[in-house]
Amino acid sequence: MKNFYTILFLLSLIFGFQLNTNAAEKVEYLKTDWSFKGLFGKFDRSALQRGYQVYTEVCSSCHSMKYLSYRNLAEKGGPEFTESQAKAIAASFEVKDGPNEDGDMFTRPGKLSDKFVMPYENVKAAQAANGGAYPPDMSVLVKARGGGVDYIYSLLQGYEDPPVGITLDEGVYYNKYMYGNKIKMANQLSDGLVEYADGTNATVEQMSKDVTTFLMWAAEPHLESRHQMGFKAIVYLIILTILVYFSMKRIWSRIETKV
Amino acid sequence: MSEKKTNRRDFLFTATYAVGAVGVGATIWPMIDQMNPDASVKALASTEVDVSNVNPGKTITVLWRGKPVFIRRRTQNEIEEAKSVKLEDLKHPEKDEDRAKNPEWLVMLGVCTHLGCVPLDQKGDYNGWFCPCHGSHYDTSGRIRKGPAPTNMEIPKYEFVDVNTIKIG
Amino acid sequence: MSDQEYNPKSKFGKWFNDRLPLLTLANHLTDYPTPKNLNYWWTFGGILTFCLITQIVTGLVLAMHYIAHADMAFDSVEHIMRDVNYGWLIRYIHANGASMFFLAVYIHIFRSLFYGSYKAPREIIWIIGIVIYLLMMAAAFMGYVLPWGQMSFWGATVITNLFSAIPLVGEGIVTWLWGGYSVDNPTLTRFFTLHYLIPFLILGLVVLHIWALHVPGNNNPIGIDIRKPSKDTVPFHPYIVIKDGFALLMFMIVFAFFVFYTPNILGHADNYIEADPLVTPAHIVPEWYLLPFYAILRSVPDKLLGVVAMLSAIFILAALPWLDTSKIRSAVFRPLYRQFYWILVADVLILGYVGAMPAEGLYLLIARVATAYYFLHFLVILPVLGFKEKTLPIPLSITEPIMSGSPNLATAKNKESSNI
Repeated sequence: MKNFYTILFLLSLIFGFQLNTNAAEKVEYLKTDWSFKGLFGKFDRSALQRGYQVYTEVCSSCHSMKYLSYRNLAEKGGPEFTESQAKAIAASFEVKDGPNEDGDMFTRPGKLSDKFVMPYENVKAAQAANGGAYPPDMSVLVKARGGGVDYIYSLLQGYEDPPVGITLDEGVYYNKYMYGNKIKMANQLSDGLVEYADGTNATVEQMSKDVTTFLMWAAEPHLESRHQMGFKAIVYLIILTILVYFSMKRIWSRIETKV
Repeated sequence: MSEKKTNRRDFLFTATYAVGAVGVGATIWPMIDQMNPDASVKALASTEVDVSNVNPGKTITVLWRGKPVFIRRRTQNEIEEAKSVKLEDLKHPEKDEDRAKNPEWLVMLGVCTHLGCVPLDQKGDYNGWFCPCHGSHYDTSGRIRKGPAPTNMEIPKYEFVDVNTIKIG
Repeated sequence: MSDQEYNPKSKFGKWFNDRLPLLTLANHLTDYPTPKNLNYWWTFGGILTFCLITQIVTGLVLAMHYIAHADMAFDSVEHIMRDVNYGWLIRYIHANGASMFFLAVYIHIFRSLFYGSYKAPREIIWIIGIVIYLLMMAAAFMGYVLPWGQMSFWGATVITNLFSAIPLVGEGIVTWLWGGYSVDNPTLTRFFTLHYLIPFLILGLVVLHIWALHVPGNNNPIGIDIRKPSKDTVPFHPYIVIKDGFALLMFMIVFAFFVFYTPNILGHADNYIEADPLVTPAHIVPEWYLLPFYAILRSVPDKLLGVVAMLSAIFILAALPWLDTSKIRSAVFRPLYRQFYWILVADVLILGYVGAMPAEGLYLLIARVATAYYFLHFLVILPVLGFKEKTLPIPLSITEPIMSGSPNLATAKNKESSNI
């Protein structure tokens, strides 16, 4: 058994190094309690629905979410809008389709199977409209940033006047949490910017948390089933390990006397 | 004493095997299920078709779930021909009324029930469809009359959303 | 070996076995006499087999959904993660499986180093093992390119550019590897092809590895030659099978924890950004299992020599059976070697650590010292130690481990108690 402790020790050593290197950026992010962390972590449905509202009303004018479809909004483990709500949401967007029999492209109301409508035709158009900076696609944004949800959550609330001695170019803003502190996105959130359907008070903090939760789900739509399955799998493995351990003891007891 | 010990050992080993087998089964399932239609494919399960431009005697073919669907606006002659057939003459007895709820419109999967080829329109001995692959003849209701195909061409689930629009699936 | 005497009981079995001796093989594998004192470090061979099978099976499944095209690779991976039934699970197993595979192979290699398993008559087993390890690195690297994220793209650019260090033909080789003037679609498709091929090469080599092992039989913690079968050995089935199974399950618990609770922690966030040939990420870091070699590469200030040093660090292992001049296998009876062994382990961990850090200032200095020590260990310490070291008396057999009046009574006792 002693060997196991050695193995565990080496394991923790190796992965400890790895974790260190990942946490190389030294800024302390703002902390909040995320309902989806931990062994049984689940999304807060109403936060996801509010977050979707923030995304549509604020972010989606510049940021695409090309890997999401309207049907995802009604899927289990997500915001869980009802099927008819999701259909209504989809129908409120104009989707380009075609070509029809005459070879022309046309627009029609969105369907559940459609992907989220993109704000710009392509990356170049997005850059042209945003002073050369491409507003990144938000589908996997949380997983694409080292600090994950804490980083996004902090960034949304990290706008400040630049410290003395730092001059900013036109269209560049100062953000405490941005890598290099210079960001091309202006501060978007202000208290009461959206009017939440469920009556929640739309403070900047609340909106940041909601939209970040929504982005986490967007990046990891199967997080809930992953956590559930993981718990079952590990409990199962532990039970089997115990059974195999005793079977092993029994089998080896046949020769143990001779050892 | 020793017999009791043997029993317990047997139980332990049996339990270990059984629990292990459950795990193997549970692990294999995802590897099999991944080949089933995925969420994006299932989401495309229905299609709406505008049929306002289809005149009597014409057929349009639309793609649904990767297969052709024939939508034929039948002429009065064809409808009568289909209705007059006696059920006992059919290899796969089905009434025309059951196949075309609205007799003017025949909506069916354009796939020969023999081995999956697409039959040709207005061909064959029964004025319906003829499959060039192995010579199956279908009548104006898409029923098999002659040849190796075992059953009539399949009618998918569809409905008229309005006078000019058919929703398949 | 006693295998030839195996006679199937049934008539059909005999008929079949005369034509294709599969039953003889099965009988050999179950009866295979294994030293009874193997400790848990020896279970990693079985664990590695499990890792290889897992990677091949999940890889085949992923290949059914993945699209090897620069415009579609990233999208198809997201499609797997979102829409394919259990796609997220299969991909996370495959991605973390690579890390678990390397974790196990490093333990396996260091076990071999500690107990002298590479020494005569097991040199061929060892060299096949090194070839497997090289192929694993190639497969892992190419696999990392396939999602076509930023790290994929720039990792591929940096690693393929290593070949440009070769004088005269280097640039030509790099262009040939790329199939163009930069890493692009042709590079991706050929990497996919090779990534698909290499695991089966590894599988073939694993068969040879085990075959070569079954000729002299397993080494063991006290490193002595044993007669087999004898009271020093147990049949492989059920004794070793169940013990390997137990260790495998412990390993799977760790594996499952990564897959289900921290599936992305061993990867790099930048790889969730689609490849962009115009922007290099701020820190380019290889996967953790390649970090020690990356540190060696960066510690040499010359391009060509850096590549040479990195490759030598791997190939020097192949010469190990001849560099280590000691007649004694197990470090249990080599008190000095044992200390140097742990220094080497620490050295490699340090190399891994500085490999992840920026190559500047103190880190660079540490990397240089650690690199120098790495080569010192294999090229100077090991050959000299074999002549100078005063080893402890070794036992004659496992069941009678102690020569009368042996001073290492305590050591031998400890070793005994660590077996079940």
